[in-house]
Amino acid sequence: MRLLRFQLTAGLAATLALGFAATSGKSSVATPQTPSTSQGAAPSSQGGQTTIPNPTQANIPLSQPRMGLNIVVLDPAHGGTDLGARGTEGIRESEVILEFSSRLKQTLEAQGFQVLTTRDGNDNPSFDDRSARANAQRGAIFITLHIASTGLPGTVRTYVMAEFPPATNTTRLISWDRAQAPFVGLSHKLGDLVQQDLAKRFRGSPATATVAPVRQLRTTAAPAIAVEISSVVVQQRGELDRMIPGVADAITHGVVAFRPSYILPLVSSAGGGNQP
Amino acid sequence: MIAKWRLWLGGALLVAVIGAALYFPALRRQVNVAKQLTEKTAEQARRELLPPAPVSSGDPKVRVRMFWGSKTGDSFTPVTVELPLSTDPVLRAKQVLNTLLAGPIDPETRTLPADAALLAFYLLPDGTGVADFSESMSTSIPSGIQSEQMAVDSITRTLEANVPQVQRLKILLHGQEMDTLAGHLDLTQTFLVNTSGLGTQPKASAASLLTAPIHKAVETMKSVTKR
Repeated sequence: MRLLRFQLTAGLAATLALGFAATSGKSSVATPQTPSTSQGAAPSSQGGQTTIPNPTQANIPLSQPRMGLNIVVLDPAHGGTDLGARGTEGIRESEVILEFSSRLKQTLEAQGFQVLTTRDGNDNPSFDDRSARANAQRGAIFITLHIASTGLPGTVRTYVMAEFPPATNTTRLISWDRAQAPFVGLSHKLGDLVQQDLAKRFRGSPATATVAPVRQLRTTAAPAIAVEISSVVVQQRGELDRMIPGVADAITHGVVAFRPSYILPLVSSAGGGNQP
Repeated sequence: MIAKWRLWLGGALLVAVIGAALYFPALRRQVNVAKQLTEKTAEQARRELLPPAPVSSGDPKVRVRMFWGSKTGDSFTPVTVELPLSTDPVLRAKQVLNTLLAGPIDPETRTLPADAALLAFYLLPDGTGVADFSESMSTSIPSGIQSEQMAVDSITRTLEANVPQVQRLKILLHGQEMDTLAGHLDLTQTFLVNTSGLGTQPKASAASLLTAPIHKAVETMKSVTKR
């Protein structure tokens, strides 16, 4: 069984390996990173959708210590030779989702988050490479973006992993294959917050997040959700394009609402969904 | 004056051209038939070689609940049908899964690809069912988390309703353990089938509840099949 590959920060390794309970007031490890400034951030109000107040405009100092959440890792699914769902009018999921990711990045940056993406062009990183992008960060959340080929057009669903069964691993390291285990509770909270906002904007969408064993989420050591828009089976590409600003704003609202509750979880040897 | 041999040669060529013109359409038909035969995939060939669904006329007809999808494709509409089902859990699982694969009357409510086939089904002593589907299960399924979850949920719910001996389900594709069904849903672990002992799980469908890794169970299965 492979153990979690720590790609960058020693701080993350210490947090995960030693099971350090991190809160903003308890230790230096828990001191959140200063969020990046919103350089290059686009206006938060576009397409006639609900506006989100910009913290820089609301006189909230960016250097103010915050809870764990600083970074949002966006994962536009598919890419390269993997086109994802394909619909009428030549709609390709891998292309539409890149534009969606770009829009979401703008709205999140406008809220003071540092946003990283798993791909910016037409390439297709592996599941593990995508997860590694989030696992190498401290105080990150992971959002994988999809467009379905089925389902009621005009609806959006958020997916989260189910609780993991107890593990027999006696080391205090998280298995790469179960990296999501300590974060499942936080992922559910994030997923529900995002989905509640999506349900208000897109009639027919579920009220809460749906549990599904999404492969991409399993190896991600951070609160992680998958958001899937229905669907490529629309008459015109414009129908999907019109949904994108609303979905981006709903996700951003959910992430902003989730920010105060993000405390890095205590990692137990069992790794069975231990929550703060 | 034209030489006699030239006349013979010209006549022979004319006959050859007429003969070729008559033979060409037939030859073309033969080539097309041959082409269709060679285009048959290994998948189709294997499917043809598979024994038909083991239905015995001696088995009693019982009411079976099949979980096909709804028109919107995001929920299930259980359908009750009468089938002669074996009492043997392995045969019974094969029978209900083949019926599920055969699809409902309304093709729009189909949850599994029309060209997918169940290649094998095993039941391990611990209640783990191992269903080996053809590659079409992966290649022909509509892309997306929702569609893949619907496919797996329809299998697990149908097994839960009709084959109580199956507690968990491991899905193989063409005999191989795969990372995902079609790029989204995780196939590396087992899906819970029988949820009766779990209490209430309001948010989780049966298929979404992952249980422990199956590596040991698969190894056991391999050792059983080798014998």
